[in-house]
Amino acid sequence: MIVFQKPKSLADVPLHYCPGCTHGIVHRLVAEVIDELGIEGRTIGIAPVGCSVMAYDYFNCDMIEAAHGRAPAVATGVKRADPEHHIVFTYQGDGDLASIGMAETVHAAARNENITVIFINNAIYGMTGGQMAPTSLPGQVTQTSPYGRDVKQCGYPVKVCEMLAELEGPEYLERVTVNSVKNVKNAKKAIKKAFQNQLDGKGFSLVEVLSSCPTNWGMTPQKALQWIDEKMIPYYPLGVYKDRSAGTEVSK
Amino acid sequence: MSEKVLMKGNEAIAEAAILAGCRHYFGYPITPQTEIAAYMAKRMPKIGGTFLQAESEIAAINMVYGVSAAGKRVMTSSSSPGISLKGEGISYLAGADLPALVVNVQRGGPGLGGIQPSQSDYFQATRGGGHGDYHMIVLAPASVQEMAEFTVRGFELADQYRMTAMILADGTMGQMMEPVSLDLHVAPMPEKPWATTGTRMQRPHNIVNSLYLVPEVLERSNFERYERYRTVEENETMYESYRMEDAEICIAAFGIAARVSKNAINAARAEGIRVGMIRPQTLWPFPSAPFRAAADRVRCMISVELSMGQMIEDVRLAAECRVPVYLCNRVGGMIPEPEQILAAIREAAKTGGNKQ
Repeated sequence: MIVFQKPKSLADVPLHYCPGCTHGIVHRLVAEVIDELGIEGRTIGIAPVGCSVMAYDYFNCDMIEAAHGRAPAVATGVKRADPEHHIVFTYQGDGDLASIGMAETVHAAARNENITVIFINNAIYGMTGGQMAPTSLPGQVTQTSPYGRDVKQCGYPVKVCEMLAELEGPEYLERVTVNSVKNVKNAKKAIKKAFQNQLDGKGFSLVEVLSSCPTNWGMTPQKALQWIDEKMIPYYPLGVYKDRSAGTEVSK
Repeated sequence: MSEKVLMKGNEAIAEAAILAGCRHYFGYPITPQTEIAAYMAKRMPKIGGTFLQAESEIAAINMVYGVSAAGKRVMTSSSSPGISLKGEGISYLAGADLPALVVNVQRGGPGLGGIQPSQSDYFQATRGGGHGDYHMIVLAPASVQEMAEFTVRGFELADQYRMTAMILADGTMGQMMEPVSLDLHVAPMPEKPWATTGTRMQRPHNIVNSLYLVPEVLERSNFERYERYRTVEENETMYESYRMEDAEICIAAFGIAARVSKNAINAARAEGIRVGMIRPQTLWPFPSAPFRAAADRVRCMISVELSMGQMIEDVRLAAECRVPVYLCNRVGGMIPEPEQILAAIREAAKTGGNKQ
């Protein structure tokens, strides 16, 4: 009896991610959901610019690589090209989604574009070597905030779920993390709901996943997972920020 | 002869796009191309198409990227400052070999510039405009009829060569009304086996992408793309030759500048000056061959432009320094009067070609 196997919609290739990075977990969850919903043949994924830039090699569904931050606009085009058939998801990091692509994010949400957004928030630019992100915490040391993020000089982190929850548009916004078995299970539930919403025609569904970056945080993988609990969750509380169909506007 | 209707150039582009099978339009408001979006906003919902006013030019061109990746005919339109914003997306379209139609109804620049006609985006259009090695097919209409015909041709060429086709018009072309026949022949859309439309579990996944981290692979993709460009140069160059049979002076002009030049040429002919014109209809690929051939026969050339002299560089390259090439121009939204061009022709008739 098979008790554990690779999801079918996840390609059988080595991932390039650093040891201890949680991208692999989230990739797997997305692939499991695609498998369980039986939608691989009609799914088109949009990869961002950032650490997950090569996600197009890791999923077996059709994939598109977008310009930095533009994934929601590209996804809008793909979805509108065949709204009945196409299931479209973007997979974006914090620099991509909350900095250079903020306009595309906000307006896709405002339009309630019927797409699924997987948002990896690890509070840092990973691919370029650890620069300060729009979601870097106050005081966080990065390559471009070597004395710690000084909020007087460079402002405060962007809380994406809270911000988007103010809009009428989006259907579903939830923040999860993947730093424990329990949290991984919750994350999968959220991701599945975000895809199911699209199948049901409900509209813009975003799951923010608090993720670790041991390499650029300068921590062991285990310490990085703890840091999510100790530093990130207090600043970015987990939970459902909007679930229109369930009547939840803001739960936090 | 089919029935003609009176239309603005911008409307002719929009209707021709629909006739060409385009059912997705994305744009952001900017003068002087407004009528295209307005037309699409009215028509698309009635024919099951998509009109979407994007949050920015950047978003609009990336929506185009998405629809094109999904294998459908798609367009956006803008004017000069907006085209600069689309530059990033156009480069990505080129890198991913995606077809699209982009309309630039040019206005004066640089910066916010003005809202009156201009041709000062010639360099941007013919050299690519964004980062990296690439070209667009650039079509330069000089009548409302050509606005319609080149729109259809643009879609066809874009699909055939997997390139962005650009209609490089100007405020005059966009705003002027002329009778136009919309009895346009549209070639069937080619198969697009590369499109990301979902695998239906019947083929390996398609990837639309412009990232190649291995330099040898990226180099090869550039070489292959430029092979394709050579085919375009060989097969798709278009121009009009006007009264060139016995010409001693050759005008180079496109779009509105070519229309004004025709008046000046006819006035000069009435004075006995043998002048003609080569009017590029494609700016890339540039019709170098007829200019090269003319350079052996004429005494000089005059490039009439609504810019500080951009196309003149291609004319000079084509003429290979065999004859002097003079500039006759207005900029900033001004259009040369026939009298200004006539004066340049008279001056050239007196001195042109004697300077060598």
